[in-house]
Amino acid sequence: MAASHRFGLGLRKPHYGDFLDGDAPVAVDFVEVISENFMVPGGRPLDVLRRVRERHPVALHGVSMSLGSADGLDADYLRRLRSLVDAVEPLFVSDHLSWSRIGGFNSHDLLPLPYTLEALEVVCANIHQAQEALGRTMLIENPSSYLTLDGEMSEWAFLDQICARTGCDLLLDVNNIVVSAANHGFDALAYLAGIPAQRVRQIHLAGHSQGRDLLIDTHDKPVPPPVWALYRRALERTGPVATMIERDDDIPPLADLLEELDLARQIATQPERESA
Amino acid sequence: MSLIALQTGLRDWLTAEQTPALQAPRAKAGLSVYLNTYRAQLMACLSESYPTLHAWLGDDAFAAAAATHIDASPPSSWTLDAYGLGFPATLRDLYPHDPEVGDLAALECALAQAFIAPDSPPLDPASLADIDWDRARLRLIPALTLLPASSNAGAIWSAIAQGETPPPAQLLPQPGAILIWRDGFTPAFRTLETAEARALEALREGCDFGALCAMLVAREGETAGPRIAGSYLAQWLRDGLIAQISDHPL
Repeated sequence: MAASHRFGLGLRKPHYGDFLDGDAPVAVDFVEVISENFMVPGGRPLDVLRRVRERHPVALHGVSMSLGSADGLDADYLRRLRSLVDAVEPLFVSDHLSWSRIGGFNSHDLLPLPYTLEALEVVCANIHQAQEALGRTMLIENPSSYLTLDGEMSEWAFLDQICARTGCDLLLDVNNIVVSAANHGFDALAYLAGIPAQRVRQIHLAGHSQGRDLLIDTHDKPVPPPVWALYRRALERTGPVATMIERDDDIPPLADLLEELDLARQIATQPERESA
Repeated sequence: MSLIALQTGLRDWLTAEQTPALQAPRAKAGLSVYLNTYRAQLMACLSESYPTLHAWLGDDAFAAAAATHIDASPPSSWTLDAYGLGFPATLRDLYPHDPEVGDLAALECALAQAFIAPDSPPLDPASLADIDWDRARLRLIPALTLLPASSNAGAIWSAIAQGETPPPAQLLPQPGAILIWRDGFTPAFRTLETAEARALEALREGCDFGALCAMLVAREGETAGPRIAGSYLAQWLRDGLIAQISDHPL
């Protein structure tokens, strides 16, 4: 299938009614859900997902695979995610270039990796294991991070390496590039130039906040101008790609997010006029 | 530094605030962001999982109890749904002389578990035709939980959930039980007398309906025993507690 622009939103509880009860499906090309919210035995969450899936293609976006864990992946987690994948037949399955779990402890946060050769071996082995367990290619998302750890390569070189070694694709979070570029002092355009752009299958857009010392990836605001500007530049590298807006806090009415998504459509389909 | 040394170091920072030996610019600022996110997320998880308990205790007492739990019980599961499971035990330790606090937490925890428990197809009435009730075995739905209760936590929960002023905490005249299940997609509960709780426990342990009737006859007499067994069965069917009834092994 030829690559095409598709525009989606993250499915969040305040909008369940909009997605499930309207006479016509919401005007999005796909919805993305947080995988772990639906990796449950039964009850209403799975019913909601089943009904949403009847109306829309669904992307599964995980936050707990912990692809950077030095002590490997959680087999129970992979089994449950595989069950969900089989039930949903998702557009994409993604998780982050980060780690959450070590030695029986799970931080429930996306903790940073050092971009070392050792970490590259660990992450690639874990992606191989996950893709085998899931029976499909995964999308790996670039994280926001707040510690500049000693490494042997840039984040974009690391992403290039994992794509080359594992066959995975990328979920490019443009907001995360803006946040991490500010926090670590790298050039966001060098980042875009360094990633294997042809492997980007999905883009995330979101907002962030200025903390006391660092930019924080908060997903609690509309997409700000620097993220829109970098999105335009990213599309020049990637070509048409599925794009969605993530909003996890201070969630506005769905109509506001649809309006924001229209901006993404305009930028993606009329780049010259938008940049004029 | 090896990857595992870095990861265990960051774990110790998050759980015990032991500063890791990092050579990183602005490490203190970055570590603070991760620590704040870690603790705020667990605090939010407990508050969202226990809204009624939160209302009963008030903001300050709830925050103090949650902070104690976060310090003592770092999360281990991949799912945040599991993080609140140990909170009732923490509250019983913190409030040994206020049993309604632990009861309320246990009730709210069980309601949350019922919400995501495995589905169970409704009982087919046709399956009851020609059943030999003396040998009938009743399989309860997986979303069913029985909790011991020594307080009026059920009444407190209901009042708070309906936006009413909750009654003062009271001990029950005698220890009882709270039955939690899921009605369709909605968790439900009711307070049980000891006799009904014992009957449900007996079924869960594999007792057939004939033996249950015999147990009730022994306790309540030839006349009342079968009548009570019949009224329990009717109530359980109305509540949707029975997944299957069969006079063959289940």
